[in-house]
Amino acid sequence: MSEYYKPLPKPSPTSRPFWEATRRHELTLQRCGACRAYIYYPRDRCPKCFSDKLAWERVSGRGKVYSFTVVRRASSRAFSDAPYVLAIVELAEGPRMTSNIIAAPEDVRVEMPVEVCFDDVTPDHTLVKFKPA
Amino acid sequence: MSLKGKAAAIGIGELKPVKEPGDLTALGLMAQVAAEAIADAGLEKKDIDGFLVGVPFSDPGMIYPASAAEVLGLNVRMLNQVDIGGASPAGMIWRAAAAIDAGMCNAVLCIVADLNKVGDQRPPVISVQREFEAPYGNIGANCGYAMIAHRHMHEYGTTARQMAKVAVDQRTSALKNPLATFNDKALTIDDVLNSRMIVDPLHLYEIVSPVSGGAAIIVASPEVAKRTKNPPIWLLGAGEYANHSTITYAPSITESPIKPAAAAAFKMAGLQPKDMDLACPYDCYTITVIVTLEDAGFCKKGEGGPFVMEHDLTYAGDFPCNTHGGQLSFGQPGLAGGMSHVTEAIRQLMGRGGERQVKGAALGYVNGNGGIMSEQSSLVLERRS
Repeated sequence: MSEYYKPLPKPSPTSRPFWEATRRHELTLQRCGACRAYIYYPRDRCPKCFSDKLAWERVSGRGKVYSFTVVRRASSRAFSDAPYVLAIVELAEGPRMTSNIIAAPEDVRVEMPVEVCFDDVTPDHTLVKFKPA
Repeated sequence: MSLKGKAAAIGIGELKPVKEPGDLTALGLMAQVAAEAIADAGLEKKDIDGFLVGVPFSDPGMIYPASAAEVLGLNVRMLNQVDIGGASPAGMIWRAAAAIDAGMCNAVLCIVADLNKVGDQRPPVISVQREFEAPYGNIGANCGYAMIAHRHMHEYGTTARQMAKVAVDQRTSALKNPLATFNDKALTIDDVLNSRMIVDPLHLYEIVSPVSGGAAIIVASPEVAKRTKNPPIWLLGAGEYANHSTITYAPSITESPIKPAAAAAFKMAGLQPKDMDLACPYDCYTITVIVTLEDAGFCKKGEGGPFVMEHDLTYAGDFPCNTHGGQLSFGQPGLAGGMSHVTEAIRQLMGRGGERQVKGAALGYVNGNGGIMSEQSSLVLERRS
């Protein structure tokens, strides 16, 4: 197995539950107990209403491609294995997240339905990715 | 409260960008453009009593403004750094005017310079971007703008040819700009579309090239402006807005914060987009210009693509736009890329456009854009007859 050389998430006290869940292959989001908004990326207070009553919820993992690009030449040497599909995925619960679509670049379309999959890039790090649904 | 007519740009300094920085330093370039701008305004160094500076990527550091002011040998009553990405130069103009209007100072040196290389220390990226963007390869600006372009094409039917037209017309103007990096060869739409695809749907010629250079602008009080040798270019309106940093978390990726920024600038000026004689919208990518023209109100939302096809955007055209060539042809010397839109508007309004002079230009619109369509700073500038 070759060494993984791409940037890895370094969890903060705020985000640690998110990354612990991805290692269990679960997609979780914070949800505000006051205004009921789903929140991504993790926060200490709700970015909509500033409530601190936030709880983690497992979500559906379904969504659609809000937009995407095929990176043919990356700005960082770590991604010299381009091309890869970078996308903004709009989750069924509302929030958008940056991720990769695991599919042939020519098959990806704006608004395409996708579902979550998990990439165990190292024994300690699991990234959230998406594939065509 | 308004900044309308409270201060004017009276002098500019700008270097022709170079591709290879060699032995240049960002601070050295700042000294060069500072001297040029002060002389252009007909002032002396001792007249400068305000200082706004952008921190160069090639030599970043804390407590930057005093350090740079010391290198330049300035004694100032107001100093600060402006850190709103590519919107910093436009943002400096109204901040300078506000400080002057508040009585804090009389003549502000606004300055940016950078080298096309990474220094000993990289400016740090904020932790949430390192954590939630970088692992997926969302690094640099290309990806975000490519995703804006794809979504714009999806929502409004914008085409690759429409986006390419922006680069083509701006290049035509650049051929008349001795300072532009790319000023030796005209472009066609097919040239743009046949250039290498970098991040779908954006081709190489739709993406700015990093270069080294610098620029400076002197913003002065009405009293100081009276004794300058140049026609003062008055700030009539300014507006600023931001609602996201990473484009993923923007409310919409096709409708930008330029809308409220431009609306505020036009409202302060008491003017409308149709009153402008030229537009200088930030153009890190072709799609940036299309979105800016829509959100600033030069055309309806979604009609930016047809608009750029129907109008001649060159200096001689019916809608002069980025007559210096835009950054796409001028090059992007760090933050000085964003300042090139401001210097060009000032130059044109002063009547110093040379072979690319827009005839009778009296009113100009400038937009500065930071990050991925994040920070926006719009200006309306006027030469009074």
